[in-house]
Amino acid sequence: MLARRFDDFATAEDAVQEALLAAATQWPVEGVPGNPRGWLIQVAYRRMIELVRAETARRRRENLVARREPDDRRVAPAVDDQLTAGRDDTLVLLFLCCHPALSPASAIALTLRAVGGLSTAEIAHAFLVPEATMAQRISRAKQRIRDSGVPFRMPEAADRAARLAAVRHVLYLIFTEGHTSSAGPDLRRVDLSAEAIRLTRALHERLPDDSETAGLLALMLLTEARSPARTGPSGELISLAEQDRGRWDAAAIAEGVDLVTRALPWGPVGPYQIQAAIAALHDEAPSAEETDWPQILALYEVLEARSGSPVVALNRAVATAMVHGPDAGLAALTELADDPRLAGHHRLYAARAHLHEMAGDRDRAVADYRAAAARTSSVPEQRYLTMRAARLAARTAPTEG
Amino acid sequence: MKYMLLMQFSAAGTDFPPIDTWTPEEIRAHIAFMGEVNAKLTADGEWVQGEGLGGPAQARIVRAGEGGVPVVTEGPFPETKEFLAGWWIVDCETPQRAVEIAAYISTAPGPGGRPLNMPIEVHPVMSAPPQEL
Repeated sequence: MLARRFDDFATAEDAVQEALLAAATQWPVEGVPGNPRGWLIQVAYRRMIELVRAETARRRRENLVARREPDDRRVAPAVDDQLTAGRDDTLVLLFLCCHPALSPASAIALTLRAVGGLSTAEIAHAFLVPEATMAQRISRAKQRIRDSGVPFRMPEAADRAARLAAVRHVLYLIFTEGHTSSAGPDLRRVDLSAEAIRLTRALHERLPDDSETAGLLALMLLTEARSPARTGPSGELISLAEQDRGRWDAAAIAEGVDLVTRALPWGPVGPYQIQAAIAALHDEAPSAEETDWPQILALYEVLEARSGSPVVALNRAVATAMVHGPDAGLAALTELADDPRLAGHHRLYAARAHLHEMAGDRDRAVADYRAAAARTSSVPEQRYLTMRAARLAARTAPTEG
Repeated sequence: MKYMLLMQFSAAGTDFPPIDTWTPEEIRAHIAFMGEVNAKLTADGEWVQGEGLGGPAQARIVRAGEGGVPVVTEGPFPETKEFLAGWWIVDCETPQRAVEIAAYISTAPGPGGRPLNMPIEVHPVMSAPPQEL
């Protein structure tokens, strides 16, 4: 709100922080005011004016020419501009924090700080880096936005689709980062997956007609629903096929399924909706055996045709094996093995190991599980793959185990 | 993605005399460079951790003996020609960037102010989120 009024993101954020600080010190002593939100905005507004005045004086003193947005760019929002008409600052902030001028790591940090409202210490702890490092990352990100001269307002209509895709991507990255923890529950650690869901939900509420955002929220809910069953008591990974489906979060599944079912017929079908549809098919299967693999295979084919991603092609090969047998899947993988983007990639070995195991070729499966374990950069995944190889090897040659 | 950078001093891989034979100016320049590396990594939002290690004279090798009792030896350090002098953990966007940082550290100045070009090992830290399998 303040950022929009003054078109100055960093100063506005400082002002809001000072207002919150004032609240934290004054309210316990003087009592909470009748309208806490109004009080905060008032205090922040006054503080903002002081900061802007001080800043202006400093600039005058130093004879700096402030680079200001030219007046002719300050146009009134178009009448048909539904989003701007809503004057929603959360949305504008999201667009700004996920600006393409920022690297993914900077965009993630800034989004969590400015939109998510997490403290720098909390973000630093979530990413297991020192607070000073995270503070620098955030301040450089702000500087970068300042230097790029991006105004604090909704992107132009022509850019909006691409900018919205960038926002979704950052939210998705925050979500996947939430699955990093390998050290067991850490109460001090912010749950990044929950934070990503919260932010995506906020985005979805503001853009209810955007089917891809609904798809992203559905994908997150349907993936998160399985998380209680995804790891065992000592943090070991449990494969989808072996998870106890009774521990899946039924409410989250219902919400995710409902979202994606309504989103799909709306309009442009994007990759998040397709992935959400695949996740929904897994989540709705009463058992691994009853999974609708033909439908999943068809969805992976659509997804692969759209994205051209080699990792999607890997998943499609696994789905092929589930429908047409392991040999068909292995044949599909052989075609992919030449893709330079997959060369030496642990997921290629892991998928092939899985299909060799399905085909009963234990020696090849063990070799590929071991190769995958040597190449992953995730500890839980490495343990899972090593254990899988060990179990198979023990069955092949019991004397060795 | 996090990477551990190990600064290995190896008599075989390097052709400079031990640091205790350098002039005070050379030692000062070397220490100043290391300080700059840390300040720069922090300013870039990439610094996670970094320490120098005591030399071979202070290092010990420990094994569990009978009943878990520690068995301490001076270690193979006096005989081997390689030891770990220090490490950094950096959090950067790409593996290429980790290599770039390592190459920069490798230019730390030695005798005559010339870059030492010491070998820096780059190890990815196993911190990636697991995929659902």
